[in-house]
Amino acid sequence: MLEDGKLFKGENIGCSGETIGEVVFNTSMIGYQEILTDPSYCEQIVTMTYPQIGNYGVNSVDVESDKIQAKGLIVKEFFDYYSNWRAEGNLGDYLKNYNIIGLAGIDTRQLTRHIRLEGAMKGIISTETEDESELKKKIEGYPSIIKRDLVKYVTCDKPYIYNPKKGDYRYIIVAVDFGVKMGILKCLDWEGFKIIVVPASTKPEEILKYNPDGIFLSNGPGDPAAVNYAVTTIKELIGKKPIFGICLGHQLLAIALGAKTYKLKFGHHGGNHPVKNLETGKIEITSQNHGFAVDEESLKDIAGTGCKVTHLNLNDNTIEGLKYVDINAYTVQNHPEGKPGPHDSRYVFSKFTELIKNFNN
Amino acid sequence: MPKRKDLKKILLIGSGPIVIGQACEFDYSGTQACKVLKQEGYKVVLVNSNPATIMTDPEFADRTYIEPLTPEFVEKIIKKERPDALLPALGGQTGLNMAAALSKEKVLDRFGVELIGVDIDVINKAEDREQFKEAMTRIGLYVPPSGYAHSLKEALNFSRKLKFPMVVRPSYTLGGLGGGVAFNKEEFMEIVTRGLDISPKSEVLVEKSVAGWKEIELEMMRDKNDNVIIICSIENFDPMGVHTGDSICAAPAQTLTYKEYQNIRDAGIKIMREIGVNAGGSNIQFAVNPENGKVAVIELNPRVSRSSALASKATGYPIAKIATKLAIGYTLDEIPNDITKKTPACFEPSIDYVVVKFPRWTFEKFPGTDPSLTTRMKSVGEVLAIGRTFKEALQKSIRSLEIDRYGLGSDGKEDIREELLNSKLSIPNQDRVFYIKYAFERGMSVEEISSYTKIDPWFLFNIKQLVDFEKGFKCEDIKDITKERLHEAKKLGYSDVQIAYLCNTHEDEVRALRNKFNIKVTFKPVDTCAAEFEAYTPYYYSTYEAEDEILPSARKKIVILGSGPNRIGQGIEFDYCCVHASFALHDAGFEAIMVNCNPETVSTDYDTSDRLYFESLTFEDVLNIVGAEKPYGVIVQFGGQTPLKLALRLQKAGVNILGTSPDSIDLAEDRKRFGSMLKKLNIPQAENGTAMDAEKAKKIAKRIGYPVLVRPSYVLGGRAMNIVYTEESLIDYVRDAAVVSYDRPILIDKFLERAIEVDVDAVYDGDELFIGGIMEHIEEAGIHSGDSACVIPPFTLSKKIIGVIKDYTYQMAKELEVVGLMNIQYAIKDSTVYVLEANPRASRTVPFVSKSIGVPLAKIAALVMTGRKLKNIDFKRIDPTSLGYYSIKEAVLPFNRFPGVDTILGPEMKSTGEVMGIDRSFGIAFAKTQISTNQVFPTSGSVFISVNDKDKDAIIGIARKLAQFGFNIISTKGTGDTLEEKGIKCHKVLKIREGRPNVLDMIKNGEIDLIINTPEGSIARSDGYYLRTAAVLHNVPSVTTISGASALVQGIQEMKYNFKVKVKPIQEY
Repeated sequence: MLEDGKLFKGENIGCSGETIGEVVFNTSMIGYQEILTDPSYCEQIVTMTYPQIGNYGVNSVDVESDKIQAKGLIVKEFFDYYSNWRAEGNLGDYLKNYNIIGLAGIDTRQLTRHIRLEGAMKGIISTETEDESELKKKIEGYPSIIKRDLVKYVTCDKPYIYNPKKGDYRYIIVAVDFGVKMGILKCLDWEGFKIIVVPASTKPEEILKYNPDGIFLSNGPGDPAAVNYAVTTIKELIGKKPIFGICLGHQLLAIALGAKTYKLKFGHHGGNHPVKNLETGKIEITSQNHGFAVDEESLKDIAGTGCKVTHLNLNDNTIEGLKYVDINAYTVQNHPEGKPGPHDSRYVFSKFTELIKNFNN
Repeated sequence: MPKRKDLKKILLIGSGPIVIGQACEFDYSGTQACKVLKQEGYKVVLVNSNPATIMTDPEFADRTYIEPLTPEFVEKIIKKERPDALLPALGGQTGLNMAAALSKEKVLDRFGVELIGVDIDVINKAEDREQFKEAMTRIGLYVPPSGYAHSLKEALNFSRKLKFPMVVRPSYTLGGLGGGVAFNKEEFMEIVTRGLDISPKSEVLVEKSVAGWKEIELEMMRDKNDNVIIICSIENFDPMGVHTGDSICAAPAQTLTYKEYQNIRDAGIKIMREIGVNAGGSNIQFAVNPENGKVAVIELNPRVSRSSALASKATGYPIAKIATKLAIGYTLDEIPNDITKKTPACFEPSIDYVVVKFPRWTFEKFPGTDPSLTTRMKSVGEVLAIGRTFKEALQKSIRSLEIDRYGLGSDGKEDIREELLNSKLSIPNQDRVFYIKYAFERGMSVEEISSYTKIDPWFLFNIKQLVDFEKGFKCEDIKDITKERLHEAKKLGYSDVQIAYLCNTHEDEVRALRNKFNIKVTFKPVDTCAAEFEAYTPYYYSTYEAEDEILPSARKKIVILGSGPNRIGQGIEFDYCCVHASFALHDAGFEAIMVNCNPETVSTDYDTSDRLYFESLTFEDVLNIVGAEKPYGVIVQFGGQTPLKLALRLQKAGVNILGTSPDSIDLAEDRKRFGSMLKKLNIPQAENGTAMDAEKAKKIAKRIGYPVLVRPSYVLGGRAMNIVYTEESLIDYVRDAAVVSYDRPILIDKFLERAIEVDVDAVYDGDELFIGGIMEHIEEAGIHSGDSACVIPPFTLSKKIIGVIKDYTYQMAKELEVVGLMNIQYAIKDSTVYVLEANPRASRTVPFVSKSIGVPLAKIAALVMTGRKLKNIDFKRIDPTSLGYYSIKEAVLPFNRFPGVDTILGPEMKSTGEVMGIDRSFGIAFAKTQISTNQVFPTSGSVFISVNDKDKDAIIGIARKLAQFGFNIISTKGTGDTLEEKGIKCHKVLKIREGRPNVLDMIKNGEIDLIINTPEGSIARSDGYYLRTAAVLHNVPSVTTISGASALVQGIQEMKYNFKVKVKPIQEY
């Protein structure tokens, strides 16, 4: 059931029980395992718009974190039977292993349209009761995703070095973990960085103590405005080191500099969004997963940072990338690592190397 | 960057006649291209020899040349029109080959014509296997090891290095023509020899076979700013080894993880960049090893293709339209997405349904040919079905095929031969999917079936799910079925017919029960974005879901039923009529609603009609749409037999059938009723009778005398029609015909030997008759009208005969109470006009007639069907019997696809397409048709003549003329003696059974340029048979009738002595 009382009946997949979260949809036709394990889906129930899910099973490699992060999965047709040479098991067992409740056999297009028209909202999947008023009460009693710090659920407990065996590296960076996807760390690793991953609550002076060449602000779930402590930290880092941010990191840096964010009606969740690079004029097909965006109007207030919009989403003209010339920082809203999604924007990782090189010179 | 302003006039190349491997998908793409170019303000010059296309309608281009697609003719057009640019990539392989030829001959340089959309380097890199392989290796992609051969010896050298099985691909051919997989040396030699012959460059690529790997295709676009997008991924149900045109396909890819898909996507982008496609679309084929995910690049087509038509219809993304815009200078981000309006065309569609394409074969038309599916395409058409699941889409696709099946089996039409199970599974064939289902019913496991078929287990599992469902669903009495079970069955794609079969009842009962349970069909749109944005394009498919998205509309609506998959006998001509009806009704203020399931057509383009339903044309599906739309009426007379068959049932179900009443349709089809009508009107008909069994048939034949023409009722394209000379063959026929059409009797007519056949297309409104065309056939009666050449105006008929034909036509139209189109076939023998048949519907010749006289017959007919009178419709009232020019239609036959099949023409239609030739001179018009069909038209050289005894007198005049033209005449003893008696010099050659060297050797050695050979009767595998099949193999023009030969002689005469063969756009006739 959705927050507004709309009811969908289907079959239970994965675990049974009850789960509540913000119901969002994702239009990627493949990549369900990456989506489920993406920490940005914390506290969200994901509806896959592609109707057949489970076809190629699951494996231990195609994960974005060490567990399923989404709070639930909604699909049209669910397959426990799978076929793929890399598969190690089926999706049903995978959901069960992580205690995830899912719903199958519903008109997911109807649900998607409902969210598109009415906006993203909370919802509950229940195998316990069909009593509508009881379900409604449960949803109402559950906190909204707005103004809620979700980062604390997904950030790491203590600092660690990604790929500690790595011998050759050009620069050391600190990645502030707001719920970082493995794919992003992998891309930074390939780019030649030695990465120290630190919890979101790490104090700025601790970060600077590592004497990194650059600081990376990761993606993560939820409302950026709710992560005050991160904003405070970032404020202290601005200008001191080159900064690169993705998704939530992009929003947090903007807020730290004084810009504003707002909630999109139903967010961007899919692997086919066209983004125009305003510097080259080229279009990138990108992977997207965010419910909030940086307000373009508010950028006027921070003109002093040399702020410039570098990327625009062609579907709705929202900001997809920012560059702050005067403080040696740049950020992107989309997911250049893909996972799942296209690789068109992967070049932004190498921009970080350039930025650091120029900064050092 | 906006469009280019330096270009004013653009020449567009169409793809010519419908052939296997190149069908009406290029009419669809070419029509989109014409529309875009005109909208953008360019002058459009179009060349296409195919009159049955929408693109050759006079309003789609400024100058439309229905002329042969040869470099010589196109050069004439370029010389006359002086276009600034040539856009070849929308005209299929024909377009690319033309561009390559014109560039090589320096025609483009000479006249300053720029190639747009694709350049020569790209064509060469993509088409030349060696260059392609090098390019792929350069960017680190794997291509199966291969070598290039120009001779059999070279090829054999490679075969020693690479192991069998090996694939042989001739360069520069389409649809895998001439290629194949060889499992042993013998096969290898055969395929290589054929391939070398067929390739315009005498090159074949010999390649290690990756048969059994997954086959994945990507449809991509790239603009000049290097923006690359993937429109659609397609995964073939049938793995590598079966030509993609002959494979069942699903979109999007079903069994790839994100990682594998992105690998392929990245590879695709690299390939686009390396090959250099920079203003258009391409199709790339990959093979993926299911054991380890290894990816091999198979090929790239730097043009729109059958697959891109499929991808367009599957996603709603108009590839051809966008490709055209890219060619004239736009970039992807500058073009809006028509469907969402708000978002740009530069994105990758996301779909929330599953699409299944199913090919349509017609092996029954070509007895004796190998029916297994290989790398050489054999299907003549395809359907596409959309469902929310693969199972639903698969079932829908099968019932769309019109092979009298209503889903994946369980419809009471099983024709399974258990002893064939293993071979039917392991050797790809048209029934394989039914055998897979049967194998599951027999208890085979997914793994076993997969090991036989190499089909991905996931696909097979879906079929198993259906089998398992049926086990629990089957019952003796439908009353035992609960609402939930019935709903589940509908969600799995089961048709009412299947459910009726499984529950031991009738289709109508199932429908009644559905209504009782309130199980409603729902319609969902194809919106390119999986509901992420609002869609404005009314393009729908049916499914059984919770929400229906049909928006109510208050306008007066008319539903037009389309013609389903292309097949021999029912093809693009009917789609042409449906599209015209849609345009006319829209202009007249109606909401035109199209129903069709053929992805290759213009009718299934989302902007052709006000609404489009991509649906099967079965009674159930049509009634569902009628229920959702509640239209004013339904039009059944434009889509060929497909909708016509539904007319009576739809009317009984309360649907308003516009135009000629179903009862009149039945009157015309029912021989008995029709016969008495003719008697009443005093119109002669060949003696005939109707038989339900062999005894009756024998009696009738005896009464009217042999030879007789026999056929089942309610068929199109002369399916199973035959001329029978003896009682024995009659009995054989009656026994076999029972399969063709259930509960329908067999019609027996006296066969009028050596009669002239005439076709008439007319429109009648109840008061006035407009005759659009009286077409005289070049071949005599007895050869199916679809396979014979015909001429407007008649070229041998007297004024008196024409008068009689007009009178009969009027009388019949009036008596049948025709409202709309009708087609009548006459035979004229000894100055008597006999009626062969009358069809109160659109005929195959409507587009040809419309193009020939410049009057849109189908549009006029559509208006008449809404109640308008002809006198209130504004059109040129042309007398089609005196035009001042000749317009000739010639059939295009697919024999090169079916080696071994006799090329003799008969009453069963075999052609796939047609071309038109138009000129002031009959001879040149005919020559143009021959050039369009064969590409070659010999005006000198050696002609081989061998005719049967009946034709010996008639051949003398022809041979004499050919000798005068300087032909070297070669003949067998019998014919040769006749000629020599009359003083015509000829060289005698041995018949095949007389020893060697014989005529076959001469053909193989390329020593014969033209063959005139009339059949000797029914001796199977006669000399004639070997001759004609060799002629097909070696592309030597071959004429099998005396009348055809005389027309040919006229053509040669004109071509040889009339030095200026001119080209002229139809707008000027």
